[in-house]
Formats: sequence, structure tokens, C-alpha cells
Amino acid sequence: MENLVQNIINALQWGSFYALIALGYTLVYGVLTLINFAHGDVFMVGAYIAFFSATFLLTTLGLPGWIALALCIPVTMILTAMVGVTLERIAYRPLRNKGAHRLYVVITALMCGLILEHANLAIFGASRKAFPQLIAEHVYTIGGVTFTNLKIAVIATAFLAFLFLHWMVTRTRVGMAMRAISYDKFAVPLLGIPLDRIIVVTFILGSGFAGLAGLLFAMSYPVLEPYMGALIGWKAFIAAVVGGIGDIRGAFLGGFLLGAVEIMVVAFFPSTFRDLIAFTVLLLILTWKPTGLFGIAKTTKI
Amino acid sequence: MKRLLTTLSISCIAMIMAVQVIAADTIKIGFNLEMTGDIPKVGESSKFAAEMLKADINGAGGLEVGGKKYKLEFIYEDNEAKAESAVTTTLKLIEKDEVLAMIGPNSTKQAIPAGQVANDNEVVMISPWSTNPDTTFNRPWVFRAAFLDPFQGPMAVNFAIKTFKAKTSAVLYDLSNDYSKGLAEIFKKLFESKMGAGSVLAFESHGTKDQDFSAQLTKIIAAKPDFIFLPDNYNQVALIVKQARQLGFKGEFMGSDAWGSSELMTLCGKDCVGLHFSTHYAAAGATGATKEFIERYKAKYSYTPDDVAALTWDATGVVLKAIQNTGGLTGKLKKDRKAIREGMAAITSFSGITGNMKFNEQGDPIKCGVVVQITKNGEFAFNESICPE
Repeated sequence: MENLVQNIINALQWGSFYALIALGYTLVYGVLTLINFAHGDVFMVGAYIAFFSATFLLTTLGLPGWIALALCIPVTMILTAMVGVTLERIAYRPLRNKGAHRLYVVITALMCGLILEHANLAIFGASRKAFPQLIAEHVYTIGGVTFTNLKIAVIATAFLAFLFLHWMVTRTRVGMAMRAISYDKFAVPLLGIPLDRIIVVTFILGSGFAGLAGLLFAMSYPVLEPYMGALIGWKAFIAAVVGGIGDIRGAFLGGFLLGAVEIMVVAFFPSTFRDLIAFTVLLLILTWKPTGLFGIAKTTKI
Repeated sequence: MKRLLTTLSISCIAMIMAVQVIAADTIKIGFNLEMTGDIPKVGESSKFAAEMLKADINGAGGLEVGGKKYKLEFIYEDNEAKAESAVTTTLKLIEKDEVLAMIGPNSTKQAIPAGQVANDNEVVMISPWSTNPDTTFNRPWVFRAAFLDPFQGPMAVNFAIKTFKAKTSAVLYDLSNDYSKGLAEIFKKLFESKMGAGSVLAFESHGTKDQDFSAQLTKIIAAKPDFIFLPDNYNQVALIVKQARQLGFKGEFMGSDAWGSSELMTLCGKDCVGLHFSTHYAAAGATGATKEFIERYKAKYSYTPDDVAALTWDATGVVLKAIQNTGGLTGKLKKDRKAIREGMAAITSFSGITGNMKFNEQGDPIKCGVVVQITKNGEFAFNESICPE
């Protein structure tokens, strides 16, 4: 029983990262029907930005940990959002304006991801970076279940991020415009809605939260390397698809579902079979519901 | 006419240059290293040690083989710490760069496939760091400078039983890494034969790119082992130890030689202080030639050389001795490579900075190992030396 509760906490923490990254995939897909494969690497860039700003704030300015963290969150989110917007401006928008097929944009996204990885490798070297400790970690044990303040913060942040994005998309004018573009990209500009500006907002949101995920990830798993975003990015994409890509609730739920499946398989079966069983489960879900848990069937998909 | 003259003169110059290249007295040795990928520090240490050795020998006029001095030329290639890249890198060094012998790859995951290629192409390969028996097994052209896992496994078992007074243990290893998997299996078999069946309470695995180990660790901690055996690369060790502490594990860890990178402590920090692992040499408290090597390396690259650096130094030394054993190079690639292999086989003992080695018929050295403990300052301090019976 204790083990089960412990594993639920483990799964919630690990799922939080998938959920935060999957939200970015799903936002961009929802608006542009573009699978932004560079998103995992934007997350990696976010972790590196967090690393450099945290090191700068802690050692160069000598600020105490909690102030550094409080400054680190907005700095990382803003800078990572700028990286995402830059990608959109220099890579995706020119293609979109030329009316290129969506397939080419997806390939461009894949290449952008590789460029980010290898630029990082070339500039900062292959050596891993150790993320500095921003806040003191406390280990709490209640009734045989162990957790840290950081774990709780990660899970809480994921839920807050989801609530914020859900509110943004369903309750605000920008959100309404996003949904409208997703519904009909050609009619919307005729109604005076600035298409490009709404797309930029989408990238700001998606990349900003990838940056936040990068910061939290770096705090929880303080070893950074240029390829850290690749695998988790793909898995978050799978999570978004299983949840029903294009739907915020789907991405959120899909992230936690994938986290839970991965952790629980290890908890109850030999860990050797983890990926085998975990992805079989996801495959079965997709066979049962090909559009994902919250997805709606569309006539054209990539 | 003019064109003909130009062509003639160009081809003349080209020929002169070509002759010069052949006549230049250099010995080309290839290095197949993990310079990027999962364990970049390993490749870096290897390269730094080799550069130091090259500077020494070239500074003294070159390597004397059969009464003639040759300059050394080391070619470093990156295998990205991937098995498939190690194979292409080996082929490139052998065919394109035409090296006389190859040093590396270091890690078993790359050294096993690369060893096959080197053996098939009849080029001497020596792996400084690989400890898995399969690297050299039935491969007359492949050698190594490190001890073997069937020796390292018992070292860990005996040390843990004696020092931790352990009756039970748990193992966490990397499923996709031949080194980690092989060592984990050797450990389990031996520990159970000593402490009774079922004394390894949990035997869990993870993937190379994993960052979260909470599920495996929850399972291991619930089994309440006396210590956890962790035959993993240093980058994962840093994450695993930290996460185990966050999950409330207060017991001991026993590590293997893949821990011994100078980067371990920058990544792991205070969580790793006090832990033990088996390795090839202890930098803190070394004497003689080993001490001299450590001090020079430290002065040049400003960090303490890890075991890979020391083993690369020794491995390169062994190859150079084999080249000297040939008694003179002919300049014919195939013949010289064969002569070097015979020169390698002729080395019965070599006194290196990681201890004295004797080579057996498999090309494996028989040498001692040490168990070190990580101090508060992040040094790997000598704890116990264990030699083969």
C-alpha cells in the first residue's frame, strides 16, 4: 500500500514533465495543425537558459537561492518563449507564407530541433552541466511515503499551468481567436483577426511553458546535456497524441497517463520490460480510440 | 605546349610531395574515443593523456625503432559513445588513415563491436578501459590495459561483505550497456553463491537515456537491502544516488570503475561523499611514476586525471613498446601491423602507472585493482588493494 502511494507520487512527478511539454505540442498543433518536433529541444534550451541564469544570479550576483529562483522563473520563461518565437519567425512562417505543404514544415521542425541540439553541442561542449541547487531540498516521510518539497512544487506547477492554459484558451479573446484559427485558417483573417499575431502568442505560451518545464526538470534531475530533450520530447509527443492532440485536457491527461504507465510497469513487472509493456498499453489505447482520449476525428492529418 | 608543361610540372611537384610523405618518418596511431555522447569526459581524458605522451616522445626526438627515430602522429576520432559509430570510426582509421595500431574505444559498449572490426582487418587494437571479457575473447588482435569484470565483480562482493558487513544487496544496472549488464550478472551470481539464494533482494534495470529512476528505486528501497550495487556510468550515478537519497534511502552504495570520472563529483556533489567503488588506480596518495604523471597532468589540464587517463597512458605505452619490439618498420602496412601484433604478444610484463601487468594468451592483463572511497573534497582516496590470487 505504501509502495503504491509512493509510486503514485513518483508517477505524478514524472508525468508533470510530460504534461508540461505535451501542452506545448498540443497548443501549436491545435492552432496550426503543425507537429512542432523542435519542441523537445526548446525544452532542452529552456533547461540550459535556466542553468545559465541560475548560475549567474547565484554566483555572479551572489543572491540567496529563493530570490534567484523567483527571478529565474520569469527569465527562463521569457527567454525560452523568445527562442520559440524566433523559430516560428525564421523557419515556419516563411514556409507558411509560401503555402508549403504541412509535411515540409514538419521536416523543418525536425531540422530545427537537430540544429538546436548540435549548436548547443558545438558551443557549450559535450560535457554535462551540473545545475546549482536553488532551494534546500527537504525530505519528508509520512506513513512510509517519502516526498520532497521540490516534488510537490513540480506537481503543483503542472496543475497550475494546465488551469492557466485552459482558462486562456476557453475564456479569453485570444483563446477564442486561437480556436477560431484552428477551425478555419482562411476565414479568420477576413474577420479582422491578426493571424500571425495569434500564432506568435501560441508559440509564446507553448515555449514559455517548455522553459518552465526545463527549469523544474533541471532542478529535479540536475544533470544537463544537449540531447536531454530528444527522448522526453518524443515521449511527450506520444503523450499528446494518446490524449488527443489539439486538446489541452488531452495533453495534460496524456502526460500523466504516460508517466503513470511507465512508473507502474516498473513497479509491478520486471523493469527490463518497461518500454515494451508501456508502449503496448499506449498502442492498445490508440487502437481503441485512434484520435486519442479527447481527440475529434478530422479528415486530414499528418 | 604550355598546358602540357604546366601539367608536367604539377605532377612533378605532386610526386615530390608524395615521396616526402612516404619518406617522412612518422608512426600513425589511431584513437577511437568517446569525445561526445554520454561519456564525453572519458574521451577527453584519454586524448589529454595521449597528447602528453606524444609531446614527451616527440620532444625527445621521436620513438626509436630498430635504430631509427620516428615521430608519432596520433589521429583522434570521435565514436559518439555509440556502438555503430565505433564500427565506422574503426574502419575509417584502418582504411582511410592507415594507422598502424588503434587505441580505444574505452567503453565496453563500443569496444566489443570495434574489436570485431579490428580483428577482422588484422589491426592491433588495445582498449584502455573496457573490462568485459568479450572485448578480447578469441580475438588475437585485440588487447586491453584494464582488469576484467570477472575480477572486478568478486572485488565488489568481497569488499561489501567485509566492509559493509552486508548480508543482502540490490542491483540497479543499465540494460542497454554490455558493461553494466555483464557486471551486474557476475555480481548477482557471486553474491548469491556466498550469501545464499535470494540474498540479492532486487535486480532492476533502466535505459541509457533515462533520467527518472524513482520506480526502480522505490522497489529496491522497499526490499530493504544492506547496500545497492550500481555498475553504472558516472552521469547516471549522479542522478541515481541523488534520487535514492530523496526517496529516503540511507544505506551504502558500491560502485564499479565506470564511476571513476573526474566529472562524477561535479555532477553528484555531496550525495556521493563517503561512497566506495572499485577502480584501476587511486589518484590520492599515489607514489613514484604514477605520482609524477598525476602532477604533470594536473599542471597541464588543471584537474586530477581519472583512471581512463592513466590507462590510456599505459595502453599507449604498451603499443609503443610493441612497435619497438618489431625491431624495425618496413613501411608496408600489412606487414608492419602483423609485426606489431607479434610485438604485442612478445610483451610478457609491463610496468605501468596503473600497476604491473602481465598479459595472458587472451591479450588480457593480470593486474591488481583498488577500492577507493570518495572524500569530502571529492578525491578518490585509496581504501584497499586487491590482487588476483
